[in-house]
Amino acid sequence: MTTQHSPNPGSPALDPKIPPGPIQDRWDDHKFSVKLVNPANKRKYDIIVIGTGLAGASAAASFGELGYNVKVFTHNDSARRGHSIAAQGGINAAKNYRNDGDSIYRLFYDTVKGGDFRSRETNVYRLAQVSNEIIDQTVAQGVPYAREYGGLLDNRSFGGAQVSRTFYARGQTGQQLLLGAYQALMRQVEIGPVELYTRSEMLEVAVKDGRAVGVVVRDLVTGEITAHSAHAVVLATGGYSNVYFLSTNAMNCNATAVWRAHRKGAYFANPCFTQIHPTCIPASDEHQSKLTLMSESLRNDGRIWVPVDPDDRRAPNDIPEDERDYYLERQYPAFGNLVPRDVASRAAMRMIEQNRGIGPLKNGVYLDFGEAIGRLGRAKIEERYGNLFEMYERITDEDPYEVPMRIYPAPHYTMGGLWVDYNLMTTVPGLYAIGEANFSDHGANRLGASALMQGLADGYFVIPNTINDYLSDYLNTKPVPTDDEVFMQAVAQVREREQQFLDINGTRSVDYFHRRLGHLMIDYCGLARSREGLEKAIAEIQALKEEFWRDLKVLGTNDSLNQSLERAGRVADFLELAELMCRDALDREESCGGHFRVEHQTEDGEAKRDDEDYAFVSAWEWVDSATPQALHKEPLTFEYVPPSQRSYK
Amino acid sequence: MDLTLKVWRQASSETEGEFKTYPASNVSPDASFLEMLDEVNEHLNEIGEEPIAFDSDCREGICGTCGLMINGYPHGPQDGTATCQLHMRKFNDGDSITIEPWRATAFPVLRDLIVDRSPFDEIIQAGGYISVNTGAAQDANNLPVPKEAADASMDAAACIGCAACVAACPNSAANLFTAAKMQQLNLLPQGNPERYSRAVAMVETMEQYFGSCTNHGECEKACPKNISIDFIGMMNRDYVKAQFKFTARDAQNKGK
Amino acid sequence: MTTTERRPNVHRRQRWEDWLGGFFSSSVGLKWLMAITGIGLLLYVLAHMIGNLKMFQGAYEGGEYAIDLYGEALRSLGGDLVPHESILWIFRIGLILAFVIHIGASAALTKRNWDARGTDRYEAQRHYAAANYASRTMRWGGIIILLFLLYHLADLTFGWANPDFVYGAIYDNVVASLSRPPVAILYLVAQVALAFHIYHGGWSLFQSLGFVNPRYNVWRRYFAIGFAALIFIGNTAIILAVWTGAVA
Repeated sequence: MTTQHSPNPGSPALDPKIPPGPIQDRWDDHKFSVKLVNPANKRKYDIIVIGTGLAGASAAASFGELGYNVKVFTHNDSARRGHSIAAQGGINAAKNYRNDGDSIYRLFYDTVKGGDFRSRETNVYRLAQVSNEIIDQTVAQGVPYAREYGGLLDNRSFGGAQVSRTFYARGQTGQQLLLGAYQALMRQVEIGPVELYTRSEMLEVAVKDGRAVGVVVRDLVTGEITAHSAHAVVLATGGYSNVYFLSTNAMNCNATAVWRAHRKGAYFANPCFTQIHPTCIPASDEHQSKLTLMSESLRNDGRIWVPVDPDDRRAPNDIPEDERDYYLERQYPAFGNLVPRDVASRAAMRMIEQNRGIGPLKNGVYLDFGEAIGRLGRAKIEERYGNLFEMYERITDEDPYEVPMRIYPAPHYTMGGLWVDYNLMTTVPGLYAIGEANFSDHGANRLGASALMQGLADGYFVIPNTINDYLSDYLNTKPVPTDDEVFMQAVAQVREREQQFLDINGTRSVDYFHRRLGHLMIDYCGLARSREGLEKAIAEIQALKEEFWRDLKVLGTNDSLNQSLERAGRVADFLELAELMCRDALDREESCGGHFRVEHQTEDGEAKRDDEDYAFVSAWEWVDSATPQALHKEPLTFEYVPPSQRSYK
Repeated sequence: MDLTLKVWRQASSETEGEFKTYPASNVSPDASFLEMLDEVNEHLNEIGEEPIAFDSDCREGICGTCGLMINGYPHGPQDGTATCQLHMRKFNDGDSITIEPWRATAFPVLRDLIVDRSPFDEIIQAGGYISVNTGAAQDANNLPVPKEAADASMDAAACIGCAACVAACPNSAANLFTAAKMQQLNLLPQGNPERYSRAVAMVETMEQYFGSCTNHGECEKACPKNISIDFIGMMNRDYVKAQFKFTARDAQNKGK
Repeated sequence: MTTTERRPNVHRRQRWEDWLGGFFSSSVGLKWLMAITGIGLLLYVLAHMIGNLKMFQGAYEGGEYAIDLYGEALRSLGGDLVPHESILWIFRIGLILAFVIHIGASAALTKRNWDARGTDRYEAQRHYAAANYASRTMRWGGIIILLFLLYHLADLTFGWANPDFVYGAIYDNVVASLSRPPVAILYLVAQVALAFHIYHGGWSLFQSLGFVNPRYNVWRRYFAIGFAALIFIGNTAIILAVWTGAVA
């Protein structure tokens, strides 16, 4: 069975708008060749930004500084709470402050290779270029990065790289960078160009004559549905790992904004490219609401192992050195414990499949700091990872200074997202997607400390320089008024959908369906995927969706703060997205990065890519509720980093 | 284990609230406090009673969204822990637990256990930033920052904005939050140019909504990040010193 | 919601509060005033206690009591250069001002704090982890000290509460007053309240003034304990000595 449908003749073609010329010059050339909006005219434009994570906050702040009128919406109670805040380890930049052979080119190279050759070279090069500016900008904002005694910035290493290029602020780098962006945003709120709407969730995009002209938003406190119009709409709403129910994403992370955009014509790219992070705390029971990540930076000093004997029931500290299998160091001597995330996760999965897992549920592997504490002393380890160790102890009630941590892979990041061109515009003109919400820079696997880099690159440096290309065509035009039919319709649709949820009056809660969906997805579209499993999953998701719309129970009203109602809308969208993820995974008959098809592996169980047939971006076009999405392909060419079998041995 | 919960229920900021009692049975000691509430909500949904509304997001103790007064302790009895990181193993079978929202005039209850903490955003908006536009920065290493300053700044910057400090304070003062957010910047050379105008703007915005500090130190104990009240002293110093400085704000007000 | 207007603004600045750039209308400014006046009052309490220790010196050979001479010396400060008691009155006015400001600021802050706290209180018993008995009783302790002060003035300065009062005969007046057990007990209670007040205030003033340095912070607490103990021991020694008849 193939799920592929040929695109409609009338649907937009994929034009990535990659500038010509040598890759080093493309971004500068592009900035020169795009149309500009002069400073005095910027205040004539309205821009809507959805989301206040790193990408959204940095974009909204930068737009405000440039002089645009900005409305920014977040479902959180403050713009300081986006889930970027939970990123722990750090942010990459090609500063080469360590004198260890780093360069923009090497960061570019590592990222393309780390993404398993499924990303756009030109985008990745730009990302590496602006990485340095991000560090400069955030230092100027007062982000308290770790310093050395001389007062200069400190670095550490991260998975997938052989240089030390990661800047960090203890184990709270994401928090500090987000607060920097949030503060820049609040400054613009104070000065005036930015209007901030908190506890407001975007539920629909308004598209008129093929262009995005505004959004429909629900006030989560009063339930009021309002329309907002603008010249352009920027989605910075993050990823969709919560489709797995148990993930490291925050409880309220959702895909509704991107999914609504997808249904209005934005193509969804590479939905099956998801990242399962190797170092999370294993689940303890079936009531668990989410999984907690332990920063990848722990792999700098921690050593991963399982007992050689699967039936070894001794406490970890009682197992002698020669009866431990440091399997990453054994299998990948060059990178050892610092192999990229997909490799580390799959290696852990194999150990557990071989019944060599540890812990009461045999669902983890050890991450051991015994050797590092012996070498560096407890104080040094505490300085580097103190807050992570504390967090671990609170959750598990075990002291990681004494007993090795137990870790297991968990869904963490989604490389897939809305398809965007080099300007970060989706296939709907005027609609942009930035940060994790787009698909662009990480290919099939994201390297550690690159998500913060991409979110901020998009928000601070890319979109403020590309959105003008579109806006300049609409100089002296007013945004579509919010009493236009397109808005009235969108508002009515949102109201109707809410009413539907309330009217079903079945027997099961939203979480019940979400949990079941999560189980299906992690089993069949998680670390390892097979044709048989994916086909089964698609059938089961469809059945679950039908059951959801028949048996859901949402109490309360739609004119008040109603958390069940909020979740119902999000899970309804996850159900549709999950199906597309499985279809995409089914279509991609190769293994690459986070997408591992069991049918396509080498003899020693490594991912086997098919560059001949699958060196493309899958971009799915919404047709209608009854018809599966149509597939468009954006071919990927590699002029600078010739595809090779990734080897971390 | 089995517990009895006494929970504040309130339909909206306009209506009166009351305490209601719910049983929580078969609670796993490995569950987090909020997961325990999730379970209770599942049960309430089943029997046709609207679930208890409470704020939570990251459940890793970093986003600052959650915050409950649990048996008279902000974020519960465990030190240095946000509500989401509190686990049921800290309670005993048969315990009765009173769960309340943060109480302060500046934080009206929106529903059940959810309060409006937006005055915190206003304090930041008043001056909790360094005025630097995107693209205007010099190379990061051109400005050495003493390690001690960076570390002290980071200690303050660890604030998650959960408002437990206000909830804990007998005066509903927000000095710990304001001081942490101010000193995070004032301790760094980058923050120095705006140091005094920032101090005045943030303090005076804070005081529109919150009480005053009587140096009890309750906030420090309630803080899930153990932020020190030393920062309050530093804020006071900057605010007093600002009275003897000609700040950017004075320059702006001069013509008026 | 953009900016919520329904949020109650706890402290709207009054017109009269705008002088001096608003510093003295701010809570931080008021706390600064309380700290400064607090230091003045601490110095006064210390000087008062040292002076009172002259009770132990008894009478000189000429039959004059040391403390009576000390009192006269205070009244004739400035010698013949200024009118009698004028310097003392300058000190007294300063002292009265310090009291008025200290109490006035604390009353204004208390009002704000009650407004900020609102009427909805926590149902569960609060578990104070850091706040101590002293810090939580500053207001009541302050009121007890004030009431005592008024009595003390009536007793030993103006003599209204002391039937045997003789102007200038300090030694006899003190002995007459403190030999009555209820009065001695009242004086002791006031010393306890004062010690608690100093224990918290003597530390708190450093915070309010912004004297913070992790290297020296621990000394702030030692200072407060030491000062409170010194005053308490000095004053109670006198009270007990008179009460028990050791000084008569």
